[in-house]
Amino acid sequence: MYEELADEGFTVITVGIERSPDDARPWIEKARPQHPSLIDIEHLVPDLYGMINVPTVVWIDEEGRIARPNDASFASNRFKLLTGLDSKRHLRRLRAWVRGEAPALTPSEVRKHQDLPTAADQEARAEFTLAWWLSREGHDEDAEPHYVRAGELAPHDITIRRGSMRTRGLNPMGLAFLKLAIRSVLTRNPLYRPLKDSP
Amino acid sequence: MPVTMTLLHDGRVDEISVADLARPTISPDQLESLLGWELKPEGLCQGYMCIPVDQDDLVGEDGLDLRVLADALQRPFVTDEKHAVASLGASHHDRGEALASLDAPDFTLPDLGGNLHSLSDERGKKVLLVAYASW
Repeated sequence: MYEELADEGFTVITVGIERSPDDARPWIEKARPQHPSLIDIEHLVPDLYGMINVPTVVWIDEEGRIARPNDASFASNRFKLLTGLDSKRHLRRLRAWVRGEAPALTPSEVRKHQDLPTAADQEARAEFTLAWWLSREGHDEDAEPHYVRAGELAPHDITIRRGSMRTRGLNPMGLAFLKLAIRSVLTRNPLYRPLKDSP
Repeated sequence: MPVTMTLLHDGRVDEISVADLARPTISPDQLESLLGWELKPEGLCQGYMCIPVDQDDLVGEDGLDLRVLADALQRPFVTDEKHAVASLGASHHDRGEALASLDAPDFTLPDLGGNLHSLSDERGKKVLLVAYASW
């Protein structure tokens, strides 16, 4: 995708939301990308952009303006059955936008699709920052109540809840995640939130 | 005896000296050097912009009450007394306003080699920002 459009004034920036650079290293080394592949161990980008799960994509235009806000989209259809997301739709749209064949969204459409953070979301992030620091200082046990509190404040924030599982000795691909996924269905708080706009 | 408290804020780790971990305070100097605010008769100020604050609540013998300060700035403030650490988060009001302006928030992060990159380095190009994770 990047190779195909790099000559058209386009770049990709990937940001790995990880505990350490080593968590992302195998992925990045395998893909050997030509575009910036960054590591965000402090969850800065989720905080700045109000992201609550990964993968999340944002389109940003030549002037640094948000042309399409937070959208859930995978690079391939590997998880389509699980997530119900069709990556081809997103890639088709993106191609047309980059090549100037189709506009992104109008500013008022972008605004309409934005889910702005609440006070509870930001308090959850503050608790998470505290817990994360305690974990890294070797105080896992004392970090735990802060992870729990963060999850209570923002139960829909998967970057916090699933992103902290490995650190807390839980398996993000196992039972702990299954519970989270079932809960999200029961409470009608979808894990993945694609933009609902025209096809 | 004052104790040292770790203050996590704005992606930074700083140390402040507090008299009571249950009621953390910050000095007027650190209010300015760490958080970029100045206490004036009209309130908490950043340049010409001031936010009114009840100074009787804010100012105490040991310094400025961080909880009152955080409330005035609408920023979340949480602590862990056992490990003498506090986290001052970003205000949902500031984050929301920034996003609603549609200017993509800039950030600077390292790649695997430790080289720093900023979103603003790519000005003039269309950018697909992709947040992903291995978990």
